[in-house]
Amino acid sequence: MTDWLIQQSPAVQATIRVLVFVLPVLIIVPGLIWWERRLLSWMQDRIGPNRVGPFGLLQPIADGVKLFFKEDITPAAVDRLIYFVAPAVALFPAFAIGATLPWGPHYGPLMHWTPIADVNIGILYILAISSLGVYGVVLSGYASNNKYSLLGGLRASAQLISYELAMSVSLAGIVMATGSLKLTDMVAEQMKPLWGWDAAAVFQNWFIFTPFGFIAAVIFLICMVAETNRAPFDLPEAENEIIAGYHTEYSSMKFAVFFMGEYATMFIFGGVFATVFLGGWNMLPVNWDVLAAQVPAVAPLARVMDGANYWLAPLWFLGKCAGGITFYIWLRATLPRLRYDQLMSLGWKSLLPMAVANFIVVAIWIMCTKLYGPAGGWIAMFVALAIVYVLYLNVVSATSKSGWYAQGRIRMTEGAEKRRPIALVDPTKEVRP
Amino acid sequence: MTVFMVLSTIAILAALGVVLFSSPVRSALCLVFNFFTLAFIYFGLKTELLGITQIVVYTGAIMVLFLFVIMLLNLGGPQTWKERFEFRTVLGFGFGFALAAVIASQVFANFQYFDKPQAPDSFGSPQALGRVLFTHYVWPFEIASILLLIGIVGSIMLAKRKL
Amino acid sequence: MTGNNLADYLTLGLIMFSIGAVGVIVRRNPIVIFMCIELMLNAVNLTFLAFARFTPTTAALADRAESFMSGQMMVVFVMAVAAAEVAVGLGIIMAIYRLRNEIDIDEMNLLKG
Repeated sequence: MTDWLIQQSPAVQATIRVLVFVLPVLIIVPGLIWWERRLLSWMQDRIGPNRVGPFGLLQPIADGVKLFFKEDITPAAVDRLIYFVAPAVALFPAFAIGATLPWGPHYGPLMHWTPIADVNIGILYILAISSLGVYGVVLSGYASNNKYSLLGGLRASAQLISYELAMSVSLAGIVMATGSLKLTDMVAEQMKPLWGWDAAAVFQNWFIFTPFGFIAAVIFLICMVAETNRAPFDLPEAENEIIAGYHTEYSSMKFAVFFMGEYATMFIFGGVFATVFLGGWNMLPVNWDVLAAQVPAVAPLARVMDGANYWLAPLWFLGKCAGGITFYIWLRATLPRLRYDQLMSLGWKSLLPMAVANFIVVAIWIMCTKLYGPAGGWIAMFVALAIVYVLYLNVVSATSKSGWYAQGRIRMTEGAEKRRPIALVDPTKEVRP
Repeated sequence: MTVFMVLSTIAILAALGVVLFSSPVRSALCLVFNFFTLAFIYFGLKTELLGITQIVVYTGAIMVLFLFVIMLLNLGGPQTWKERFEFRTVLGFGFGFALAAVIASQVFANFQYFDKPQAPDSFGSPQALGRVLFTHYVWPFEIASILLLIGIVGSIMLAKRKL
Repeated sequence: MTGNNLADYLTLGLIMFSIGAVGVIVRRNPIVIFMCIELMLNAVNLTFLAFARFTPTTAALADRAESFMSGQMMVVFVMAVAAAEVAVGLGIIMAIYRLRNEIDIDEMNLLKG
């Protein structure tokens, strides 16, 4: 199979890889919509769509048919060129972003099938393309010639610029720890022994299990939700404030394109998170071949698992992407929307300094590992983390007067207690029947 | 060759669009297209790190800022003033053609025959760039970082109503 | 992408630079003028990269990496300066708009004696 693939011309190879990658995404998107509606309704103690097809599985297709046959309304005063270009611009990053994601192993018989382009700027490519996602929102918001849409576009551009920064810096630490921008190198790095200890070679060094990687993962996760404009960061389309934000004026297929782009982006971002922090296509953080060598009692089972881990790699990867989607839905069902100033201060005042501090901690860890070996590196890292935490406490006590910083959490009801209750009946006046 | 021709045609058309569209938002959109195609031309020159940096910095950050300001000041709508035709327009186009002619004469006289890439193919890789950036060019790099810091402080000073 | 020579890239750079220069002179909207300046900067970046790729190095410098990296380094610094410039420039435009409620470039004549 692989020999046959390599013998083709580069263009044919790329086309085959793109088909292998894009078709699953296209097929999965309706399933995601069904999963979101169903899971959300379970979380909210409802039943959800269950009429069309078994368990309501065909509901998204029915919705698609409905959208397809709806009248395509173009408002009179829109900027027509930009109005028509915007949905296409919104869909583009969703499908382009996954080009450097490894869906499967980078060695052995499966190696040449994924990723589509194993370039040595892989993670930068993802950041670059995800930063293009803002254009669809901003342009559609502008072109609709509608105050609510414009507000949505403005909110989106400010939000995406703010969170892009923290996202890049949190990934920069991981890039430093890997020593490469290539995503296959990142997966290979995560298959090494846990924490660099040969004694723990059975376990894989997934970045989420390392201290710096865990902090980076939390920051990346929050920024990822903000980048995809999902709850609780869905200010650009906040239904009860600005109707539907940037896609208020879009109907029929153009709306469906926005909808599809949003879900595809969520799915792919789940894949990015899995690749960078959750060991890529690996099923569990266990090196099965090492386990087979070290513990003869479970050797047969470990060999079977090793084969399953290798040959079913795309399945595990898709499973992790689906887990990311489920996390998104869980967030949407749980958290209320942030206010705009809370959004900005969360991005600039906590996530960005945290990401930068984490970046410096990684640098110290690498330096001390080179100087004193793995143990010295980890000791230095914990000392550095402790120092950073003390500094953070100092900052908190210094700025204890200013809002939510003092509470150490975002207070969703801030300001509500200051407001006077609206008296419908004047209490001073006596009302007589 | 054909790829380069297509890309450069798109880039030139988009550059023309920046100047000729009267709506600033359309100009900005054209500029985004121009920067995006330029990134692919950079890939063709084997400087892939700078190509991707081009997308991150220019299309991802700078142009979003432009669009943000255009929309914040609400300059994009049909109520924008019309560009007047005046003497300056003629002067500008004349100057542009003269500039192009002067540079073109030098380009075609001197650089026709450099048709073989001299630098190695890996000269645009992150490793090569990083190695030089943090050894030979470390002082300019630090100065650039201070410049960026001053830029942050300056823009906050300018944009904030009261500090 | 084989078969290009240096003059192709330089021609593209010069056309973009000229268009940018025309835009700076002709347009009256300061934001568009600003965008044209960015266009000119990018034309220069392209020229730097083309020269970095195509020009031969001297034999004395051939073994040193920085001999063919200087073009790319210039582009890195141009990008850094452009980012700072855009932040400050757009801040100035917003300040002017707040002060005068318009940003027509012909009306900005406060410094005239």
